[in-house]
Amino acid sequence: MSDKKEYSFYPGCSSQSGASSSNYLTSVTSMCEELDIKLNTIDDWNCCAASIGYAGGGELPRISLSARNIALSEQQHPQQDIVATCAACWLATREASERIAQSTKIKEGTGVALKEAGLEMKNDKKIRHMVEVLVEDIGMDAITAKVKKPLEGIKIAGYVGCQTNRPFGIHGESFENPQYLDNMVAAVGGEPVRDYEKKVSCCGGALAFSEPDKSFNLIKPILESAMDHGADMIVTPCPVCQMNTEVYQDKINAKFGTSFNIPVVYYSTLMSVAFGRSAKDAALDGQVIQAEKLNKIAK
Amino acid sequence: MSDLNQALAEKYQGNFLKEVIDNVEEGDMVRMCMQCGVCAGSCPMGPHWEHTPQKIFMMIRANKRDEVLQSDSMWMCTSCYNCIARCPRELPITHIMHGLASYAKRLNLVPKEQPTAKFAQLFWDNLAKKGRVNELKLGISLYFMNGFGEGIKVAMGNQKLGMNMLKTKRMAINEAWGGHSVKDKSGFHAMLKKAAELESAAIEAHSK
Repeated sequence: MSDKKEYSFYPGCSSQSGASSSNYLTSVTSMCEELDIKLNTIDDWNCCAASIGYAGGGELPRISLSARNIALSEQQHPQQDIVATCAACWLATREASERIAQSTKIKEGTGVALKEAGLEMKNDKKIRHMVEVLVEDIGMDAITAKVKKPLEGIKIAGYVGCQTNRPFGIHGESFENPQYLDNMVAAVGGEPVRDYEKKVSCCGGALAFSEPDKSFNLIKPILESAMDHGADMIVTPCPVCQMNTEVYQDKINAKFGTSFNIPVVYYSTLMSVAFGRSAKDAALDGQVIQAEKLNKIAK
Repeated sequence: MSDLNQALAEKYQGNFLKEVIDNVEEGDMVRMCMQCGVCAGSCPMGPHWEHTPQKIFMMIRANKRDEVLQSDSMWMCTSCYNCIARCPRELPITHIMHGLASYAKRLNLVPKEQPTAKFAQLFWDNLAKKGRVNELKLGISLYFMNGFGEGIKVAMGNQKLGMNMLKTKRMAINEAWGGHSVKDKSGFHAMLKKAAELESAAIEAHSK
């Protein structure tokens, strides 16, 4: 691992300073430093419209958003794959790239719109999620080789969620029972809950904002199943999954008379801690529900 | 009824399927539905849909224009992509639901007070302003989307949540005075304006 792997990085809105998954970016940065991954941020990137922008934006304006990011990446980092850490960013960008490739109407429309911003796109880039980089370019053995403080004795439920998993997913994995998150837990010395049956259930996504009661009905079984399996914490690759399963636990407790208080972390949190980084570098201070077992190791 | 809605309804009189094919995102794939019901059984919001996607597809073919476009069914979509992943015919069901919702909104047919329709518009307006989402302003506008009195109540109910987000630096008060933005705002706005014009022009042309 002498030469650094470089990627054109699309961080996305929720990773910005003072935003809901700024802690994700902190731990991703630490993880990548340890794994010799260099992320070159796309200068002047914009929002992808996530999965809720469709109603206000419509088809062409929404796809144009991702086209602009791809065009900027082509200009700034011509040889590098685009990598996103947010599931919605990845999905929207990859979906846009595919739609532009498949439809002449969309291709022409985005082309005309991009010209207004002085841009053009070739659309010849691969759009990847960070977990694909870890699984395909780095590999579990290389991850294990970097572990200084194995997460021994910590039982972790891998909550893959929806958009990192469908419709694209990770090559070679099934939609219904993907294994890569469990493999990552094992690679850093933790104990994965391989029969976590809620691993690909929906948390409600953006509807946790607009339809909280309906969404809480979806989040509760995800937490319940992790507890039933004796998990110490949940790990996820998605900012919306993380937020929905962590920050509403007291509201869910109030609604259902439960007593959930289970930490929900990112894969990058686990790796940063296992690679020997500080609690601050792993963004453990970004946990609304403290991950005490990780705090102890990171000290 | 908006003028555009009336014009389109008259233009496609008796052929709602054709209207969907011409004007709704990936609407051409509606024809491919074989009514197996896997989408209906796979949807996490299943209990809350007035009409499941399977039913919506059949209603489109049965010319139930008002019942489809005025329904709040499409607004139940969480974008989990279960239906897309499982559909044996690989219909882009999620996209078609988004497309129907967006089309209904364009024609002013969305049920009043539909919370996801409101939130989706707030989200788009928020990101379109500066090119990046301002989560603080989005949160505040969400709380107050049903009026001031209701907003205060919701905001009070979420006080602890807000404090937790502030404490962990996952929310920032200074976003209220500006916040994150793209640098090339004029280019960004010109691009969105052009894309919106192209899309509107295509649908208006179909109404004539």
